[in-house]
Amino acid sequence: MARADHDDGHEDSAANVTSEPLNVAPFNVAGVRAPVITNPLAEYLLRLGDDRLVLGHRLSEWCGHGPILEEDIAVANFALDLIGQATMLLGLAGELEGKGRDADALAFFRDAVHFRNALLVELPRGDFGFTMVRQFLFDAFSVVQLDALASCGHAELAAIAAKALKEAKYHLRHSSEWVVRLGDGTAESHRRVQESLDALWRYTGELFERDAVDAAVAEQGVVFDHDAAKARWEAIVHDVLARATLEVKPVKLMASGGRRGRHTEHLGHLLSVMQSVARAHPGATW
Amino acid sequence: MSSTDATNRPYTSETNADGLTVTGHTQWPLWEVFTQAGKGAPHEHAGSVHATDAEHAMQNARDVYCRRGEAVSLWVVPASAIVASVPGDAGPFFDPGNDKAYRHPHFYKVPLGVRVF
Repeated sequence: MARADHDDGHEDSAANVTSEPLNVAPFNVAGVRAPVITNPLAEYLLRLGDDRLVLGHRLSEWCGHGPILEEDIAVANFALDLIGQATMLLGLAGELEGKGRDADALAFFRDAVHFRNALLVELPRGDFGFTMVRQFLFDAFSVVQLDALASCGHAELAAIAAKALKEAKYHLRHSSEWVVRLGDGTAESHRRVQESLDALWRYTGELFERDAVDAAVAEQGVVFDHDAAKARWEAIVHDVLARATLEVKPVKLMASGGRRGRHTEHLGHLLSVMQSVARAHPGATW
Repeated sequence: MSSTDATNRPYTSETNADGLTVTGHTQWPLWEVFTQAGKGAPHEHAGSVHATDAEHAMQNARDVYCRRGEAVSLWVVPASAIVASVPGDAGPFFDPGNDKAYRHPHFYKVPLGVRVF
């Protein structure tokens, strides 16, 4: 059944691969097969784009609800930056996929099982501290990832990454400051962000998983050194967490599944809001 | 407190231990924001933000005043560091300049070839 979604005759791009991760134990869910991927680069771009689309939407939920006016504007800016990055990445994914789907079609007319974002970005926004800890963990990843992709062998992706990197660096500066300010702030702010970090840490492993899609795109010049990236990410994260007087508590098992369309219940709720207008008025422009 | 009493200055209500102006119990200190529109242009007052410290003020100023490409450079200044004239100063400070036309360079013949702005 999953195979039918991809059985579209586009068998020419590369050898079919599955998205079962190579470096984590596979989740054996009865009756669920990993989708067969006919176009690894398009799949890879969906992962990049969906991370930013879903996180951008989560941030946009703060619009009008920020703790102060300045932060409300800042968070809305970041949401727009991320949605803008997603528009470029999903647009390119649609082109490479070759089924006539543009960024809007991919954003608003796919269901949760076809989204490829990491679980980290779809979790509900929580309180402001939770939002900022999650943002910080993602921003640090995004900076490392975009920095590597900015010099990759795919010219269009490299150009998008170079543009997005400037935004990501600022996002990281902003979210780092908040993590330090709240972590090294009052007893209550410290408790809240420590609890947020405890809840979020198990979602960070998925960011550095690699699977056959990564191997396939590497052959097309899109090389991302997961080990080097993880080392850079850890250096950034541990430096900021130390200044924030926050402590990483090791987890036994990292959560995983988003890259294969196995999401938390939260993504469906997010999409039902995000996609409602586009689905109620298909083809509308404004 | 100096003779430029805080109560006479805009925004000001009290000064905290760091010497930063606080406008109320629930408000962070106020910072004035100056943006430079282009290289060589003067930094001009754009508005103000509330922030807890200099880095925070810089980020808030960037997010509020520079998100549409308005600036190439940014200054933030604690509002408490600005000494402002007060409305009562207006007469002695500014009125004497109004009727001294000879202070303006109106009485020179501009030499040929000099560009008139």
